[in-house]
Amino acid sequence: MKYLDEFRDGRLAQGLAARIQREIEPDRRYALMEFCGGHTHAICRYGIEDLLPAEVRLIHGPGCPVCVLPGGRLQAAIDLVEREPVILCSYGDLLRVPGAQGDTLLKAKARGADVRMVYSVSDALEIARAHPDRPVAFFAIGFETTTPPTAVVLRQARREGLGNFSVYCNHVLTPPALRALLATLPPPSSSSATIGKEEGPGEKGHIDGFIGPAHVSTVIGTRAYEFVAAEYRRPLVIAGFEPLDVLQSILMLVRQINAGEVRVENEYTRAVGAEGNRKAQQLMEEVFEIRPSFEWRGLGELPDSALAIRPEFADWDAERRFVVPSIQASDHKACACAEVLRGVKRPEECKVFATACTPDHPLGSCMVSAEGACAAHYHYGRFRQAVAS
Amino acid sequence: MSSRREAYARTLDLARGRVEIGHGGGGRAMAQLIEELFLAAFDNDWLRAQDDCARLTVPAGRLVMATDSHVVSPLFFPGGDIGCLSVHGTLNDVAMAGARPLYLAAGFILEEGFPLADLKRIVASMARAARDAEVPIVTGDTKVVERGKGDGVFITTTGVGVIPAGVDISASRARPGDAVLLSGSLGEHGMAVLAQRENLSFDAPIQSDTAALHGLVAAMVTAVPDIHCLRDPTRGGLSSALNEIARQSGVGMRLREAAIPVKEPVRALCEFLGLDPLYVANEGKLLAICPAEAAETLLAAMRAHPLGREAALIGEVVADPHGFVEMETVFGGHRLVDWLSGEQLPRIC
Repeated sequence: MKYLDEFRDGRLAQGLAARIQREIEPDRRYALMEFCGGHTHAICRYGIEDLLPAEVRLIHGPGCPVCVLPGGRLQAAIDLVEREPVILCSYGDLLRVPGAQGDTLLKAKARGADVRMVYSVSDALEIARAHPDRPVAFFAIGFETTTPPTAVVLRQARREGLGNFSVYCNHVLTPPALRALLATLPPPSSSSATIGKEEGPGEKGHIDGFIGPAHVSTVIGTRAYEFVAAEYRRPLVIAGFEPLDVLQSILMLVRQINAGEVRVENEYTRAVGAEGNRKAQQLMEEVFEIRPSFEWRGLGELPDSALAIRPEFADWDAERRFVVPSIQASDHKACACAEVLRGVKRPEECKVFATACTPDHPLGSCMVSAEGACAAHYHYGRFRQAVAS
Repeated sequence: MSSRREAYARTLDLARGRVEIGHGGGGRAMAQLIEELFLAAFDNDWLRAQDDCARLTVPAGRLVMATDSHVVSPLFFPGGDIGCLSVHGTLNDVAMAGARPLYLAAGFILEEGFPLADLKRIVASMARAARDAEVPIVTGDTKVVERGKGDGVFITTTGVGVIPAGVDISASRARPGDAVLLSGSLGEHGMAVLAQRENLSFDAPIQSDTAALHGLVAAMVTAVPDIHCLRDPTRGGLSSALNEIARQSGVGMRLREAAIPVKEPVRALCEFLGLDPLYVANEGKLLAICPAEAAETLLAAMRAHPLGREAALIGEVVADPHGFVEMETVFGGHRLVDWLSGEQLPRIC
């Protein structure tokens, strides 16, 4: 496949891996967090860790929309579709995410609720057009990448006067989550030259640098991450989701760390600019406003971290059209998703990983989506754990 | 038959007519549907006898029996339809024991209101597939469910076959050191069906690979009678087939991603939809596991057959108490090829 195979070339990978190996300083440790689930998936799917020296440790981050959706928001959707004669349209991954007491949209569907899997938000609009006599709600989730398409569809619904369509908005923002994560790290050192040496190897919660979002950055641009370097003194390299992108970004991070630099760099220049996609940003601005606070699974309540639908589009806002109460749903007590999402626990360090919690019977959200750290590790990498034990 | 047909006031309207509840009621309407549609298409001595069962002569040896239900949506897809699929599916299940299929039975669940013209197309496709395979459909059954309680047509087929002497093929016979061979490229059936879904409607140049594999199997067991395992990677794709064998045999597998054939349009559509071709259904491919020293001979026999021209050696069986199917990726790393979780694609066969 043109434009993809070039970024999966095994020989180029070997060359890059050798360069990373050459540049590693043996007394340093490089704890690098890939923020996005897309990177987590690529790392596990292509076995990238097999190509890295032991000094480089990859830590999975919270950038998986399904994973960070709190159980209460999901339970509210389950309650809605069971209470009202609504057709609830959702992306496939969400159907298996546990809400309160392990209930899921898939189970609600089996009980008779009209839950439909769609591949795109415009499919939900199509369903609304085809069923003018039924309310149709779209369960919108995702970071800045999936938000502009939801905005387009909301504008379209208003233009058409499609009165039976609405959106249950759960769109969240990347920079506030990154900020919340950085705030939990040890304070930045006075001298950036000590990065990578601040703490012992594999110290819990220690992160030397970030592999920054790919698709999200096409929308928000590189400038949105400047605070990571300026305020929190950590290097960040925006990287594409192909495996060579990931390796290249690791090399760039290793070089920054070795040189004592803290900069935002862009590996994904073929798609990402400094300002991002202005048109997409304007669309988001027109349709959405910032929520004062929003709960994230694993990160808790974060200020200014999510989007709500503007009053001008109130008629298409499911939270205004229906009663959608705020529900507190705590995770299963043995589930370590919260720690996994903050990078302080590896999936295999969770007590229920691959025992009580599997992709077929997930207890926590990280075991559901292919981008979830637990699911990616379970599907692609758990043989390493067996080898190690 | 012609004398009986005169008993009906008029012949079935196969152009504009629809399935009615009476077509499954056991009365004259059902008899007419069977005679004018099923019997006319599948015509053979067993069916002509019009008994409730078929009396069969079977050769001595070990008999194989397999059954398979087909609920594919849409019913017609590039490269095939539910009719030929229902014949191929069961023939292949019989063939995966190394057996020569002898007879088929077919059960139909029809939904009230289903167009008879579509049913005729499906039945004609079944008849053609059975004729090409030289395996007669010797008995059958028809039921009709009320409108809204089915999805057009569901077809269950059952097949019997006989295993040649000296052949002992089972998913429990894979041994460390054995070679893993694949008869051709992956994912064509699943992606051909998926591309037709009304909410996707991709204009992808992908045809279902649906085919009867017993001819290929016959050539393979002739060349290498000591094949250990055969499996057609249908639902769940290659990954499920290999994981099943690994579990039943108590072994692991090591695959090489670069050796696994996947055609460009399938790769592209999988990429677009975020699917892994290793998990996508096939209906005309098989996996074979044989002793390493027989691998070249078996590969040559497969490549000499039209349905095995792109056959490849994709890995080997290893000792592994965990039963992991691992793969060296094109990138040079390693990954697990795990069981499918949930359904990757609904209703594809």
